[in-house]
Amino acid sequence: SSAAMAALRGRPLLAPLGARLRAGPRAPLRSAASAPPLYDVVVSGGGMVGSAMAAVLGHDIHFYDKKIALLEAGPRKDYNHLPDSYSNRVSSISPGSATLLSSCGAWDHVCSLRLKPFRRMQVWDACSEAMIVFEKDDLDDMGYIVENDVIMSALTKQLDAVADRVEVFYRSKAVGYTWPLPSHSCGTSPWVQVELADGRRLQTKLLIGADGHNSVVRKEAEIQNLEHQYDQSAVVATLHLSEATDNNVAWQRFLPTGPIALLPLSDTASSLVWSTSHDHASELLAMDEESFVDSINSAFWSNINHSDFIDAAGAMFRSAISLLKPSGSAVRQLPPSVARVDPESRAMFPLGMGHATEYVQHRVALIGDAAHRVHPLAGQGVNLGFGDIACLAHHLSAAAFNGSDLGSLKHLLRFETERQRHNVSLIAATDVLKRLYSTTLAPLVLLRTWGLQATNALPPVK
Amino acid sequence: QLSLFRFTVKRPFSTSHSSVDSKEMKKFQLLAHKWWDEEGEYAALHSMNDIRVPFIRDTLLSMSSNYHLGNPLSGIRILDVGCGGGLLSEPLGRLGASVTGIDPVEDNIRTADRHKSFDPVLAKRIQYKSSSLEEIVEESMETFDVIVASEVVEHVADLEMFIKCCSQVLKPDGSLFITTINKTQLSYVLGIVVAEKIMGIVPEGTHDWEKFVPPEELEYLLESNGFSVKTVSGMLYNPLSGSWSWTKSTSLNYAVHAVKAGAPSHATDTPPETDTQQRSATAGTA
Repeated sequence: SSAAMAALRGRPLLAPLGARLRAGPRAPLRSAASAPPLYDVVVSGGGMVGSAMAAVLGHDIHFYDKKIALLEAGPRKDYNHLPDSYSNRVSSISPGSATLLSSCGAWDHVCSLRLKPFRRMQVWDACSEAMIVFEKDDLDDMGYIVENDVIMSALTKQLDAVADRVEVFYRSKAVGYTWPLPSHSCGTSPWVQVELADGRRLQTKLLIGADGHNSVVRKEAEIQNLEHQYDQSAVVATLHLSEATDNNVAWQRFLPTGPIALLPLSDTASSLVWSTSHDHASELLAMDEESFVDSINSAFWSNINHSDFIDAAGAMFRSAISLLKPSGSAVRQLPPSVARVDPESRAMFPLGMGHATEYVQHRVALIGDAAHRVHPLAGQGVNLGFGDIACLAHHLSAAAFNGSDLGSLKHLLRFETERQRHNVSLIAATDVLKRLYSTTLAPLVLLRTWGLQATNALPPVK
Repeated sequence: QLSLFRFTVKRPFSTSHSSVDSKEMKKFQLLAHKWWDEEGEYAALHSMNDIRVPFIRDTLLSMSSNYHLGNPLSGIRILDVGCGGGLLSEPLGRLGASVTGIDPVEDNIRTADRHKSFDPVLAKRIQYKSSSLEEIVEESMETFDVIVASEVVEHVADLEMFIKCCSQVLKPDGSLFITTINKTQLSYVLGIVVAEKIMGIVPEGTHDWEKFVPPEELEYLLESNGFSVKTVSGMLYNPLSGSWSWTKSTSLNYAVHAVKAGAPSHATDTPPETDTQQRSATAGTA
């Protein structure tokens, strides 16, 4: 696992920066009059992470006189009228991400639209009684379940608020990039050249790639990506509970086919994220609504995967723990039961993991899924992206206040080091957990049963 | 149209540049095209920006009352003496200042002009001129709010003359920022032997230890020429990390902030001194 982590980091300690140069065509020098417009920062990709990056920079005081562009391939969406029904694409937002969204004024909009705080997370195994509960000592909010459309609506509003600094280009897919040499020689432009699908061109001092796990920026920069397609798809849907409840707990149960999670949306509704094999996922989408609801309830309540051996071993371990640490086993709550599913809300998408060996090059930085793609079982995906934004914005703000060249590798490398250190362990751990819980083999089940129980009893490990 | 490839006819060096040492000029000529390679010969100067730019910026911010959002140095006229390829002029320009960069080596000015030309904002804010300090005194009396002379005074032929000229082109209450190297046994061992000959942090032959300036001498010259020394602070380079930091000891590198007296300056009619400088007998402590 440490070898895997070293590979994920992807870079020897003292690699020469010359290794970050790319071969390929350089942009010829044009006179200032005919040169394409020059931006300080261009963000490629207008999803949650790209939009937040542009909004955060646009609201930064040291970027007051800078020019930022955000490129989005799709059209501008009207977020002014949120439908009454919930969208099936939701994210679990950590308090840290909420702070970031606050810093650009977007969190207030989110709160005024809709979101659901949760106080507790209960995670347990389908093959045993082992369970782990996460909650804050002060019973504060652990996180928030927010629809992605709500986040986008809030970010779009905040981008509009700084339209004099941030120019958003809709229906503008970037199709090509031309890279500069770090110490440029005569006859070549020192900036990154961006070519859009309609032939328009932009120049920029720093290109930020926020264009998702199939990032074009990453591919064109020839940054190696370690990726792996899981043999799983995630099924999402909006569910209605049998009875109204406080619904401030996030539930996740590890089935042998994959984890099933219920994320609270309101007192009567929850969002489903069920990671399972491709075949099973297709079945779930095809079956009628009643059978679908039955499958979900059965997944959460059935003990069909228990074996007497594991149950006995688990119970024995639990009594051992309660001798040593009386408060070490938490009370098991029961998840809510589901009554029906929103029609049209069922969808599926394939899952994979990925990690770019480099997050930065001269005048280029990757954030969000372009840099790292993770299994949804940890509920971390977009939070890692928001964490990237907080770190990169901090370094760019300091660089701007120092009068530095924004595309300089010096501060970009500091961003990369900080984030890789944080992300690699989380991505590796998520991958390990995914594999560990994908089996019914007794030894591994025992291992994870005891491991989970022990972890639940020991706060530092938790 | 930018005509970057047209080479102008070189002017022969005039012998009236009394603060410019022609031997020093030749050293820098050879490296004129290397200025902007952040990992090359001038890497240490590039990373020095991480401490000298905040030093200048914060000192000036603390002395002024208006703050322009995004442009902390807006409205300030700065003279960068010995600007080289423009490594310090550019960050100051990005922070909003109007910068005039002068350097006696024409190739340096050419490199600096070329590098700033790609950024329309910088191209407007920064003007470069191939010139010595004396040559611009007459047309620039009390013109500048700030003078920065970073890694320069250890290369000049006549330090007192240099300081007098700084005083002449500075407005009253204007600031002078100097960074340079102390003349100590330590600076010989680390600054010359290790930095130049062994580790190649500085191109070999760049520095002449005899011309290093102890801070006591610099302070004396400043105070006796109408300046009030406000800050003296040691600087330390870590070759492993390639980064600079502030330190108490001034035995190696150090920075000085001095302010010109507020009283109207008197024009000196006497010709510049040509006697050799009496160096102070006490060198800095190792």
